[in-house]
Order: sequence, then structure tokens, then C-alpha cells
Amino acid sequence: MRFLPYFLAGLAFGFVMIKSEAASWYRIMEMFYFQSFHMFGIMMSAIATGLTGVILLKRFWHPRTLEGESIVIPQKAPGRYNYLLGGLIFGLGWGIIGLCPGPIFSLVGMGSIGALAALAGALHGTWLYGLAKNRLPH
Amino acid sequence: MNTLLAWLHAPWPWYVSGPLIGAMVPLMLWIGNRSFGISNNLRHLCAIVQPRAVGVDFFQYNWREHSWSLVFAGGAVLGGFLAGVVFANPQPIQLSIDALTMFSYWNVPIGGGFLPPVLFDFNWLSLLVMFGGGILVGFGTRYASGCTSGHAITGLSTLQPQSLLAVLGIFAGGLFSAHVITPHLFSIFW
Repeated sequence: MRFLPYFLAGLAFGFVMIKSEAASWYRIMEMFYFQSFHMFGIMMSAIATGLTGVILLKRFWHPRTLEGESIVIPQKAPGRYNYLLGGLIFGLGWGIIGLCPGPIFSLVGMGSIGALAALAGALHGTWLYGLAKNRLPH
Repeated sequence: MNTLLAWLHAPWPWYVSGPLIGAMVPLMLWIGNRSFGISNNLRHLCAIVQPRAVGVDFFQYNWREHSWSLVFAGGAVLGGFLAGVVFANPQPIQLSIDALTMFSYWNVPIGGGFLPPVLFDFNWLSLLVMFGGGILVGFGTRYASGCTSGHAITGLSTLQPQSLLAVLGIFAGGLFSAHVITPHLFSIFW
């Protein structure tokens, strides 16, 4: 039961990934060629909503979490090169297969064989990073 | 009832789907102080299957502490099934004229769904391309400790400078491959 909220949130997220067409290879290419406002609209309205939601949560409503703790925003670990270079490598892949991890999971649920191959690749890539981690600049 | 069904089958405009995605950030905080994101599950899946004898230390931790995240990903898989199969959009995707022109120039036929059959249907060459691209996505997201959801959505909406660096990298990499690699990719198929 403790995990039910996470399951429902994931369900909503996977559903929206498909309905927003953010999981569409065509939409991602259209975005990288600035041919439509669609993906930019999604990104900008998502960030604006997240920002507003977090401010409301912290400043005005300040509830406890479902587990009874006070709200603390998890902070990203310090670093520079890892964020820039990692992002760059991820972006190179994204510009080819048109899928980032969220859509990979939801398309696997749709039964897409191409997304399954991408998931297999992503797991191998993750493992390779784990292997090379100590030799990379962070 | 019929309007609701029609709405569940139709694709949603950006001003509906964007805010729903953004709402994940406060939602995950409220559920349990979690940072909204999904790519960490790739690491957890590696940690689950890695035999002890292999011993890459990046994958030696108690993944059970991250069960909530795996449950979230499981939900996303089921959500994809519901949205893409049960409530599938019967109409072809509505792309801009510019994009349609570009895809015909690239020799990428538009199929019924929202994925190009040339890359996503069963064919060894396509599987190889998707696997190779997947390696970059998996390597890069773990190197950057996050993907589009963890950095572009969560990181930017909680004003974290590291995420801005990651987003700049992601967009630069994507622009490069989408313009320099992808248009030439399809000549290997035909």
C-alpha cells in the first residue's frame, strides 16, 4: 500500500508521455528542427507548473508528505563536467532514436519492439558508465 | 461519456500535457520528498541483475531502498499500455507541414501510429540503430545523473544550476545528431 501513490503517479506519467506525443520520434525531430511549438510548449508549461507547484507547496500550503515528513527539495550533487558531458552524450542518442528514458518505459508498455531495443541499449550504456565512472571527469 | 472517451483517445495539446508533466514535481515531493525522474531505474535494473562476481561497485548498493522508483517505472509502463493500446489514437499524428516535408525528403514514410515503422518495427538493422542510440542515452543519463524529467523538468523548476548545465548539454547533443547524423541514417535502410 505504501507504494500505491508511486504506482499511480507513474501510471499518470506514462499515460501523459503517450498522449502528449512526447514519446513520438516525429515530434522530437520536429522539435530539434524548430518546426513546431508543440514540444517547446510542453517543456515551458511543465517547468512553469513545476515551479509554481513547488512554491505553493513550500511557501503557502506547507503540508507534510504522505509519510509524515516535512517537505525538503532533494538537491543535485555538485559537479560540472558530468552534467555537461553526460547531457551531451544523452542528447546525441536522443537526436537519433528520438526517445528519452520516460518514453522508453511507456513505449515498452505499448509493445514497441524498437523501444525494447532502446531499453536494452540504455541498460548496457548505464552499465558501461558504471564501469568507466572512475576514469571520467566529473 | 462519449466525449470523455473521445478525449481519452485523442492526443492532448501541449497546454494540457505540459502542466500535467510539471505537476509531477510537487506531486512526488508531496508523496515522499522524492525528486521526479525515471532514468535512475536503469541503474537499479543493472543493480538487480549484476551477479556479485562481476562487482562493478556503482551497482553494489541496496536497490530495495529504491523500490518506490521501480514501482513508478512499472506504473509508467502500464500507463503507456493504457494510452497507446487501450486508448490508442485512431488518427494519424498531426505534424507541422515543415516536418512532413522534411520526413518525405528523408525518405521516412509516415505510418499509422506515431513512430516511424522504418526505425521501430522488427528489422535487425533498426534494432541495431535503436540499441546503439540506447547505449548513448543510458550512458549519458547516468553520467549526468538524470534525463529530461530529472533535469529539464525537476531540476529547472527547482532552480538547480547543475540541471541547467545538463539541459544545455542535452540540447546541444540533440541538435548535433538530429542535424548531422539522423538525416543520413535512412540511406542505410533503402
